[in-house]
Amino acid sequence: MHLILFIVFAGFCLAGAINLLVQSHPISSALSLIVVMTSLAVLYLLLGAEFLAAAQVIVYAGAIMVLFTFVVMLLNAGREERTLGSRAALRLGFPAVVIILAVIATVILHAQGLGTAKLSDGLTATKGATNIEVLSTVLFTKLLLPFEVTSVLILIAILGAVALARPGGGNEAERTGGK
Amino acid sequence: MTILQFILWSVLKVAVVTVVMLLAVAYTVLLERKLVGRIQNRWGPNRVGPYGLLQPLVDGAKSFLKEDIIPTGVYKPLYLLAPILALGCSLITIGVVPFGESGVGPGGMDLFAISNVNIGLLVILGVTSIGVYGVALAGWSSNNKYSLLGSLRSSAQLVSYELALGLSLVGVVLRAGSLNLRVIVEQQGTRGILSWNIFGGLQFVAFFIYLMAAFAESNRSPFDLVEAESELTGGYHTEYSSMKFAMFFMAEYGNMINVGCVATLLFLGGWTNPFGSLFGTSHNLLVRALFPLFWFVLKVFCFLFLYVWVRGTLPRFRYDQLMNFGWRWLMPLAILNIVATSLWLAYR
Repeated sequence: MHLILFIVFAGFCLAGAINLLVQSHPISSALSLIVVMTSLAVLYLLLGAEFLAAAQVIVYAGAIMVLFTFVVMLLNAGREERTLGSRAALRLGFPAVVIILAVIATVILHAQGLGTAKLSDGLTATKGATNIEVLSTVLFTKLLLPFEVTSVLILIAILGAVALARPGGGNEAERTGGK
Repeated sequence: MTILQFILWSVLKVAVVTVVMLLAVAYTVLLERKLVGRIQNRWGPNRVGPYGLLQPLVDGAKSFLKEDIIPTGVYKPLYLLAPILALGCSLITIGVVPFGESGVGPGGMDLFAISNVNIGLLVILGVTSIGVYGVALAGWSSNNKYSLLGSLRSSAQLVSYELALGLSLVGVVLRAGSLNLRVIVEQQGTRGILSWNIFGGLQFVAFFIYLMAAFAESNRSPFDLVEAESELTGGYHTEYSSMKFAMFFMAEYGNMINVGCVATLLFLGGWTNPFGSLFGTSHNLLVRALFPLFWFVLKVFCFLFLYVWVRGTLPRFRYDQLMNFGWRWLMPLAILNIVATSLWLAYR
């Protein structure tokens, strides 16, 4: 059962990813990306990481991609046209992808003690505790510093975006109208 | 239970719940028309059947028989996908909503919930956030300025208010220590109305934040800028006709019912009765099965009534007011609520 679902949704994921590259219209590409992300969420679910799956759907498919489509709509971007640069990218792109995949594969094959991901109970190894409890314990004890640093980083990014987006682009005199 | 039994029961539950949900959607429309009529001192629909009770069926038939127009300028795949997406997301949510006690069914199975998911709350939030695409894509693919403006407004509104919505639920989750909707309800069911999250759980601030954010999420008045008819003719569904329009219509009322269900489960004790164990528990299986259902439906009905009441009373927000309210009031208030709840839970 797990294997069937894995094959089906891995297929969806790959099909979405390929469609993302093939489509010439930005909104179709954005929608293919949503398909990729929701299929990834199902794969997480199959691995026993239900919290990650829900977060993937809520954050990536639900919030970030809404902003993507929002921007595409707002700019009313049309179809892409093939230029010299894009043709060159097509020629160079495939060899580059092959090289990168080869590098990643060798790294994974050489890393010791990784083990294989087990479907259905990979992340719920601790008995009696749910996925969310395990995850939050790790986040708030072992990884507390990186976690908090990341949140501060995001906060700075938000403040920067607000400062730039205000009328006058952060220039105090212009914003207050010289008063 | 064998796998065959499981599949049969699941199909049966899904079929019954879907039919009940669709009927509820149809009669919510009638409830709204009747109530708004009374608020405006007129009768509302009263011609078809006794008290106009057959009106929803006639409306449905009318939607099917209308001419289905697809304008030439639309981007067809997305134009056809959008109403399916909107209605689908609004009907899926009920799949994780428990509406009665567990273990009353034959063989100790879960008769009053289609599935008991341990992250039920997150599933509901996820499905709601996917539902945005229905509205957004409908507006964009229609190739119409009114539609596009409507869907841009809706995307911005939904992204802004989803934050406040999610944060307002954290207090409840902190108290229950679980994202399972059954656990959240059972934790409130100990002392009747006194242990409901809105009263005994001291989550009334969260409740009001949730209520306002949920009104905005379901695009209902006073947050219905998405389809502000005085400015945008019909908003995102201007170019839709016949059954495709009806699907958006049903999705909106389905979302109202979903919001009512979630608020009932999280703040008003779900299917538990307000008297707690004051009158003792009955040993009759039928009573034990049906009374929770009655309380659940009653609570959801109160929410639907509130929705219509608000629509008949409050004027629409202006766009800047909407954004100010969401970001400057609801968000900080929700964060304060989380801090206060955590302190209370830590030091009580």
